[in-house]
Amino acid sequence: MTQPLLTVHDLRVTFETETGPARAVDSVSFTLHAGETLALVGESGCGKTLTALSVLQLLPDGGHLAPTSRITLRDQELTELAPGTLRGIRGREVAMIFQEPMAALNPVLRIGDQLAEVVRAHTEASRDEAWQRAVHMLERVGVPDAPLRARQYPHELSGGLCQRAMIAMALLLDPALVIADEPTTALDVTVQAQVLDVLRAQRERTGLALLLITHDLGVVAELASRVIVMYAGQVVEEAPVALLYDSPTHPYTAGLLAAVPTLDVERERLPDIPGTVPAATAWPAGCRFRDRCAHAWERCAIDAPALTQVAPAHRVRCHLVDEPERRRA
Amino acid sequence: MSATPLLSVRGLTRDFVQSRGWWRGSTQRVRAVADVSFDINAGETLALVGESGCGKTTTGRTILRLIEPTSGQITFDGDDLLALRGEALRARRRDLQIVFQDPWGSLNPRLTIGETVKEGLLVHRLASGRAADARVEELLREVGLRPEFARRYPHEFSGGQRQRIGIARALAVSPRFVVCDEPVSALDVSVQAQVINLLRDLQQRRGLSYLFIAHDLAVVAHMADRVAVMYLGRIVELAPRRALFAQPRMPYTQALVSAVPVPRPGGARSRILLLGDPPSPVNPPSGCGFHPRCFHPAKDERCRREVPVLEQKAPHHWVACHHAPVDAASPTPSLLP
Repeated sequence: MTQPLLTVHDLRVTFETETGPARAVDSVSFTLHAGETLALVGESGCGKTLTALSVLQLLPDGGHLAPTSRITLRDQELTELAPGTLRGIRGREVAMIFQEPMAALNPVLRIGDQLAEVVRAHTEASRDEAWQRAVHMLERVGVPDAPLRARQYPHELSGGLCQRAMIAMALLLDPALVIADEPTTALDVTVQAQVLDVLRAQRERTGLALLLITHDLGVVAELASRVIVMYAGQVVEEAPVALLYDSPTHPYTAGLLAAVPTLDVERERLPDIPGTVPAATAWPAGCRFRDRCAHAWERCAIDAPALTQVAPAHRVRCHLVDEPERRRA
Repeated sequence: MSATPLLSVRGLTRDFVQSRGWWRGSTQRVRAVADVSFDINAGETLALVGESGCGKTTTGRTILRLIEPTSGQITFDGDDLLALRGEALRARRRDLQIVFQDPWGSLNPRLTIGETVKEGLLVHRLASGRAADARVEELLREVGLRPEFARRYPHEFSGGQRQRIGIARALAVSPRFVVCDEPVSALDVSVQAQVINLLRDLQQRRGLSYLFIAHDLAVVAHMADRVAVMYLGRIVELAPRRALFAQPRMPYTQALVSAVPVPRPGGARSRILLLGDPPSPVNPPSGCGFHPRCFHPAKDERCRREVPVLEQKAPHHWVACHHAPVDAASPTPSLLP
């Protein structure tokens, strides 16, 4: 296998709070290859956004990365880089698409100026060249009347167009890795379909790697090649996308998939997962999912399950792996 | 469905006046809801779906008279709701309640959960003192919360728990009709399923009628008996749930149904990709509001000129489209659903 583009090893993020340290991300490891789309899924508070932000070293105030955590992009160790070098990597090699385009764009700068600024910050391009590249990229992501739109301000554009402008900004310098945090959550369903198409087309054209953070399992099924399911700061299952949807092994994965409403109008009652994600300051001992799990037994309360390889590229953190007879129908 | 409906809405229209510029005094009218008519029977759920800005929320709030309509009629259980004033309106409001979308913004952060849920009981003089406290505990239990939560404040709860609190508040006065305005769209999928199931259980137990406002068609498929699709302030299709999802007749509905992501790799249905964005009601297209984005092969001059009327094209299946297929066996089209 070729060298991965991104290797995340033993990622741990801790916040100091009044009630003690919150271990928001707890020993997360994964790799991502060029051309691949890896989805991080899970409920709010499971640590998926913090995991993605740590890759860019953009942790919110109060968040600390453990000294043993390693984030390697090709041969560069991102955790050891000086801030200046890191700034050169952000935007050029690794770009980010945020959930709320309206909040992420600068309201007092024209769309074209915001994009051109990215080009000028990272290259020697002249003002004119930078503007031309901005307009060209807006066209490529399907913004109609791009030369006109480039001269408008964010409030003059709809949510779907703003999100496309964000995507254009992320793709401007042909990054090797794009991190997309809930890129379609704020959009209407017909516009969401357009944006997914743009991302898919770009992936095919440039072979970029996509780290997709989402709670929408429909979007995952359409875009991802591999999926990591996170729960309470940990990876609980990792699998290629088809395998995960066909035979989810961790009860949390199975529960999430079953809870997704579909257009199947005959299925009236949705299987839900009782309870909520525990607080990061008080992860339960043993298995962190046990309070919500229909299969839990005594061992789950005492013994924290390890992430175990069950098949090539398939890892699961659950005692059912060694005691499958405990699984209830 | 020959019985008299519980709620009947006819020709509901709401205009907003918007100023055009900040230095000139000129204004313009924006029609957020245009000639909307529907019925809801006792114990029934009608879903109102559409994209942001289509007027679905305004429609819901107008029925509760949180926004006054510009014109139209609303009849609830035989009463003309729009004729009610003062005390009579307040008394009627007991029957019509609302659950809001945003579980963070819709609870007063300075009131305990108990005070929030109790407020309706006190306002409508349904209970006071110990009896009111006991009623609050009962309500919290009914929505799946622990009774001791009554003494806590909203910030201590997760989104799903807050949504349950909002439901308990709406149910406190024993309403017969509840507007659910995107009640699950801010929630994670597992919690969303909990709240959908809770709303269904409460409906069965209490015989409630819902106007369920949503943009997620898959959620609607699990909640609704009938579905009304809105576009630019108008209902463009209204049909029983199964008919709407199996055979959508208005091109916009077809596109909406096809755009719902399928949670299964390789399971994506052939998708109708609409061009452009949902238009703004500030400057609506002429004729059929959908014609600039419409992909129907028979689209013609008439679509650009003439607003299509909502007509019955098959039994109980209403469509506003000049080119929608009509069932041979369908009853004579009439003008009101």
